[in-house]
Amino acid sequence: MANLATSKKKVTLWDRFRYNKAALVSLIILIILFLMLIFAPQVTSYSASQSDLYNRLSAPSFEQTAKGGPPHILGTDQLGRDIYSRLIYGGRVSLTVGFVVGTIGALIGITLGMVAGYFGGWTDMIIMRLVDVWASSPTLLIALTFVMVLGPGMRNLIIALLVNSWTLFCRMARSQVLVIRSSAMVESGHAIGASTNRILFKHIMPNIISPLVTTYVLELAHFINAEANLSFLGFGVQPPQTSWGLMIGEGRKYLTQAPWIVLFPGLLIGLTVLCLNLVGNWIRDEFDPLAVKQ
Amino acid sequence: MGMGKYILQRLAFTVLVVIGISILVFVITHMVGNPVDIMLPLTATEEQRQLLTQQLGLDKPMIEQLGTFLKDAATLDFGMSWWQRRPCMEVIMDDLPLTALLIFFASCISVIVAIPLGIAAAYHKGSFLDRVLTIISLGGICLPPFWIGLMLMLVFSVKLGWLPTSGIGTWKHMILPALAISFRPMGHLSQIVRFEMMQQLNGLYVITARAKGVTETAVLFKHALKNIMTASITMIGSDFTKQLGGLSASVEVVFGFPGFGHLISETISNMDFPLLQAEVFFVALIVCLINLLVDILYAAFDPRIRY
Amino acid sequence: MTEIDAKAKETLLSVRNLKKYFPIGGGLISKAKSNVHAVDDVTLDVYAGQTLGLVGESGCGKTTMGRLALKLLPKTSGEIYFQGEDIYKYTAEQEKKFRTRAQLIFQDSFSSFDSRNKIGKIIGEPLEVHNYCSGSELEDRVAELLRTVGLKPELMHEYPHTLAAGQKQCIGIARSIALNPAFIVADEPISALDVSVRAMVLNLLKDLQASHNLTYMFISHDIRVVRWLSSHIAVMYVGKLVEYGETEEIFAHRLHPYTEALLCAVPIEDPRARHIKREILLGEVPSPVDPPPGCRFAARCKLASERCFKETPPLLERRPGHWVACFENFEGDSEIS
Repeated sequence: MANLATSKKKVTLWDRFRYNKAALVSLIILIILFLMLIFAPQVTSYSASQSDLYNRLSAPSFEQTAKGGPPHILGTDQLGRDIYSRLIYGGRVSLTVGFVVGTIGALIGITLGMVAGYFGGWTDMIIMRLVDVWASSPTLLIALTFVMVLGPGMRNLIIALLVNSWTLFCRMARSQVLVIRSSAMVESGHAIGASTNRILFKHIMPNIISPLVTTYVLELAHFINAEANLSFLGFGVQPPQTSWGLMIGEGRKYLTQAPWIVLFPGLLIGLTVLCLNLVGNWIRDEFDPLAVKQ
Repeated sequence: MGMGKYILQRLAFTVLVVIGISILVFVITHMVGNPVDIMLPLTATEEQRQLLTQQLGLDKPMIEQLGTFLKDAATLDFGMSWWQRRPCMEVIMDDLPLTALLIFFASCISVIVAIPLGIAAAYHKGSFLDRVLTIISLGGICLPPFWIGLMLMLVFSVKLGWLPTSGIGTWKHMILPALAISFRPMGHLSQIVRFEMMQQLNGLYVITARAKGVTETAVLFKHALKNIMTASITMIGSDFTKQLGGLSASVEVVFGFPGFGHLISETISNMDFPLLQAEVFFVALIVCLINLLVDILYAAFDPRIRY
Repeated sequence: MTEIDAKAKETLLSVRNLKKYFPIGGGLISKAKSNVHAVDDVTLDVYAGQTLGLVGESGCGKTTMGRLALKLLPKTSGEIYFQGEDIYKYTAEQEKKFRTRAQLIFQDSFSSFDSRNKIGKIIGEPLEVHNYCSGSELEDRVAELLRTVGLKPELMHEYPHTLAAGQKQCIGIARSIALNPAFIVADEPISALDVSVRAMVLNLLKDLQASHNLTYMFISHDIRVVRWLSSHIAVMYVGKLVEYGETEEIFAHRLHPYTEALLCAVPIEDPRARHIKREILLGEVPSPVDPPPGCRFAARCKLASERCFKETPPLLERRPGHWVACFENFEGDSEIS
């Protein structure tokens, strides 16, 4: 019995990864990607908007440019801008939108869900009816309505995406709180005289946090895709700023001559979304409170 | 609760949602934006602006405008499209069937491909086939559909020349857009089918059936497939509603497919308020009805569910 | 236990006409369609330093009664006095004090732990919440508590899931005595345990009562266990108190047919006593949802007369200190006990 306990204690983060190499690789890729985006000026040789009309639509190559500049390893676009540099700077925008929308949505949704689940009654009914109605309404069209009246751009895109960002978090948080609220653990907290705050934040929160983290990571992937979709249509980020979706939208006219313009941003979206999904599922499997008890 | 009463309740809910969403969009468009500023050039005189305001009825109090709008909407009259200068209903009815057909086509592709592949992967769990299928379905889930569309176009239209790049006319025009749309539901569905199938294959009744000497195929179809159907219906239902609600726009734009998604995209670009209202109304209505249909089908496939 | 002198007769907790109805059906706007009468007009006293055994079949409302006695549920009506004060009229400050004086032992203590915490944290939490002590002082106190319940102090650095069921229950007991309470509600503390460790936990409870001067409300469906531990017994049936009095008095003179039936359900150990004719409880426990008037036991009672189905029998003191809710002049066979 005591042995079991000590072996349980020594479980490190590394052990948790042992049986899921795909998740480990995903996490490493994501960390490298984030570092590259943060240190964008250090890892790129060109700026995102620096055009070079002599080198328009040139294919990926590792040779120096005619003028002796650094190579365009992923080619250039219709204005001779370096695709690799644009991917890095565009990635900053794509991921910023994803993180901002995901974080605000999570804060709104989790707060509402915890309030609904913990207090029940009228509060619960009003919040959950709102979620129901929202779930069966055309949220993308409502988001587009916001874009239409506010105009395109990064800030307005974030507002539009927030329309559909909170419901999932709200449902998740509520159902988790409902399970735990009626548990003996919470009753025991009341019995020893623990305050509502202590019960909510010291006992309920830690026990529902891992499903919510999973939801957050999976939703990040979702919002990165949603940003790409709207920017591709021209309703999101506007030039001279760029994002992965916008790069595909601008480059699609040159698909036959220069397919690399659309190829790389699409692959990068796919890779990021895939890694986020694998890491999210791994968190769910590994940190589920039910799994800990087993 | 009886089925009839349940359906009536859901229909009442549908009406509420449709009215609620219509009012919401009306309020957003009329509170936040000013249609007159958008429709007239910057050089327009004050007189021109006032004239247009009057013509559009924007000088009346908002409640009155909303009342007029709802009264007309009840008779499916959404007025004239500002951009196309013809009734909104007519514009929508021109494009909606095309997209419905496209999504239906895509759903068929995803089901026809995903179910056998998911079953095959479950039967050969951990094999090379299973791994390849997992990678393909993950790709379908993670890659943006419009990008998949562009890649399909590059290979099949530009390089191989087998299929047209854009437009409509023949069934060949439908294949690539439908494929591009079908990848994501196909990925999800094959994962669900694989998971469900593995559960079923491990289930006690399958072992019992095997012990009784029923053949593998019979086991498969008699027991497991029924459970998979409920999952498929939910999946397809939710995907259909999302696509119709504007998700198909980017793929339609890629292939120059003049459907409903394309129309939504154009509506936003042209700031056509009445047309947008009509689109929102129709999408909300159809989404609710499809959700209801999914629930009814659910009950048909799963006798445990009663309303 | 049964020797009751005047000093020990001091009342710690008194329950007066307590009712708890759980509404079922009905939405937020519409009124509840029906009510579960979990606790229906219960009056009883718990004396300081003694044990009240609360017996009944599952679903009779005894657990609800225990929760109400600790103010863990809102009541429907009635009063509960703890040391003379109505606990449902406490100020926030009084309530905080009450939480240090009255505690709960769970049927399954493990489910009441935050399994992310180590044992030391679980036992020390009440002390932390009420700012009794902290740091090394807290650790010393937790070690002392672990020793008190017969466990090694080193266990405080382990997680509770590594322990056996009996040990988990001891951790639960240590947590509830951490604040030196006066009153403990023990809600079926041994029924989830293996028979082999039941005696250990029961003896621990008995020893703690003597050393810490504890008052118990001991809830159980097993009348034998209750008899062994309790100075007083209260028998509940579908939310109603049917018989209440000192343990020896009740076993000597069973005045309610239901108490008799509960006792008959216990296997007799002495093979020579097998000839005794025993009443077997037949029929189903009636639903506690809006029960009809009349005695709730009437449908299963072979003595039931027409009156039993129409009027609710009041709880009356038929013998000194022995209260019964029955119209019939029943008295159980003395041979059985």
